[in-house]
Amino acid sequence: MTISITGLTKSFDATQVLRGIDLKVEDGELLALLGPSGSGKTTLLRIIAGLEWPDAGQLVVAGQDWLALPAQKRRIGFVFQHYALFPHMTVRDNIAFGLTVRPRSERPAPAQIDATVDNLLNLLQIPHLADRFPGQLSGGQRQRVALGRALAIQPAVLLLDEPFGALDAAIRRDLRRWLREVHEKTGSTTIFVTHDQEEAFELADRVVVMGDGQISQIGTADEIHDHPASAFVAQFMGASITLPVTLRGGRAEAPGLDARELMTCAEADGPGQLHLRPDSIALESDPASPWVLTRKDSNGTDLRLVLTGPDDSQIDVDLPRRGAPALVVGGHFRLRPLWGAMFSDAGPVAPAAPIRLSA
Amino acid sequence: MSDASLITPDARPGRPRKFRAATAEAAPARLALIGIALTGVAILILAPLATVFAEALADGWAAALASLTKPDARSAIQLTLLITAIALPLNAAFGVAAAWLITKFDFRGKAFLITLIDLPFSVSPVVAGLCIVLLFGANSLIGGWLVAHGLPIVFAIPGIVLATVFVTFPFVARELIPVMIEQGRTEEEVALTLGASGWRVFWTVTLPNIRWALLYGALLCTARAMGEFGAVAVVSGKIRGKTATMPITIEMLYNEYLSVAAFSMAAALTALALITLTLKTALELRHADQLAAIRRH
Repeated sequence: MTISITGLTKSFDATQVLRGIDLKVEDGELLALLGPSGSGKTTLLRIIAGLEWPDAGQLVVAGQDWLALPAQKRRIGFVFQHYALFPHMTVRDNIAFGLTVRPRSERPAPAQIDATVDNLLNLLQIPHLADRFPGQLSGGQRQRVALGRALAIQPAVLLLDEPFGALDAAIRRDLRRWLREVHEKTGSTTIFVTHDQEEAFELADRVVVMGDGQISQIGTADEIHDHPASAFVAQFMGASITLPVTLRGGRAEAPGLDARELMTCAEADGPGQLHLRPDSIALESDPASPWVLTRKDSNGTDLRLVLTGPDDSQIDVDLPRRGAPALVVGGHFRLRPLWGAMFSDAGPVAPAAPIRLSA
Repeated sequence: MSDASLITPDARPGRPRKFRAATAEAAPARLALIGIALTGVAILILAPLATVFAEALADGWAAALASLTKPDARSAIQLTLLITAIALPLNAAFGVAAAWLITKFDFRGKAFLITLIDLPFSVSPVVAGLCIVLLFGANSLIGGWLVAHGLPIVFAIPGIVLATVFVTFPFVARELIPVMIEQGRTEEEVALTLGASGWRVFWTVTLPNIRWALLYGALLCTARAMGEFGAVAVVSGKIRGKTATMPITIEMLYNEYLSVAAFSMAAALTALALITLTLKTALELRHADQLAAIRRH
């Protein structure tokens, strides 16, 4: 089912949560809505599900106006962050719920419901839990049941709200791979909301980065990583360092900065900002550089360095411990970023897609 | 700090050390607290309860039973059970509807509605009874019309039902609101996306989630409905054998110095309350595992 969203806006009281969303989701696509909390991503998901109504805009799914359909008629599989399993029903009854509540004329025969549930229990790798109650399950198991319950109705669209948000890191990774497999088997158009960029990029075909009720960028993991469309996206991608620079001919210049590795950008000359990630900066000893190593810690695999530069500004640099150069606290170093995004205060020179990266 | 300073005199060799939980009190404090609680329960609850039954049986079982089987007494018992049987489902339905409205929807005047639900708790039952008399009495506009059409409210069963429903109105809603607020709307939303209609969501998701709170509310409501005196005293007219409920009958018998009859009736009323309580405990024991599972969730 293709989903086409145009001009969607939504306010809660005085706060505008969505400020004009335009988005097209292809049939069978696995799409991530990525953004910090408060960016409107969950509201967008709830509007698609029919749990919330927009103030304006259109939502068309497979040629049908979904804003004219109540949630019950949309055939949505919605997986909530905290699963919301029915506590008084067994796993089997939870998964079968969407089938057993259908009007008699549309309801499958009990044997058929049982078979469907058995299939799902196998797909979810939890056939041994069929007769347990939700209170007796771990977080990861609950998540599987919640997904099974959503898949049982063979949803036109599968929507997941922070599907792994409440799980610990190891289970997250497992479930992520497994969700990808489930998606490949069922082929249903899937949208999930997350604030974790790693999760979004690893799982999704395309990622929609949202900020402040708007779509900041849509693209594949590589596209967004290589060409962040704005300072917001760059920062959200982990570029926690912002250096004031002077742009000249698409190159960044600043004392103690060696921007050779960065590709030129199509931004106007003049003052601008360079956004860098702590883990993509190489250091080279340079007595003339204003950047001084003021702190050196280790977490075992990486060295965590703090450099103090002009105007007492501080930046973090993470280097792999193995192969790190000899670093002495108090030494002067030149920053040689391997990745960065530059934005001129005056904006881009041309509307053409800017290139801001090196390998 | 040296290790020596950590060793207490209790740690002498050959003598097992005793520990107690960090939150437990010392033995004297514990005994004092238990003593106060038990004395309180004995004086305030057990003694009156025992007195009621002792007084009722002062002339033996036969006399007590005989006083309860008199036509007026039987009528009072039947009336109380009837009123309770009508008031309970009404208030359960009102309570669920009100709690649903308050917890699942946002609207203007919500706080006002919650205050209004609590009103019967703060208004004296006698005042409530008087209001019903003023509103539905034979001299009022509505009451006059109703009497003319053969449906008197005051000094009749409908009036007693009204008074009882008014007084017991908050019990179910008050039990349900906090439970439903805590549960939120997510489970209902899941059910909706899975295609369930509003009714089905209520029966299959909402009601099972609130059934224990509903049961507690209903039990409280039952106990209060059976025992209500003030409001019923005003609206019933205390017509013996017709509109006198058990509490009213007890008062009338007592005022007539028929102490065995009065206390027999009181014992019967108490027994009804005890049955209600036993029912609740039995249900809790029987569904203990389920209750625990839901609470853990």
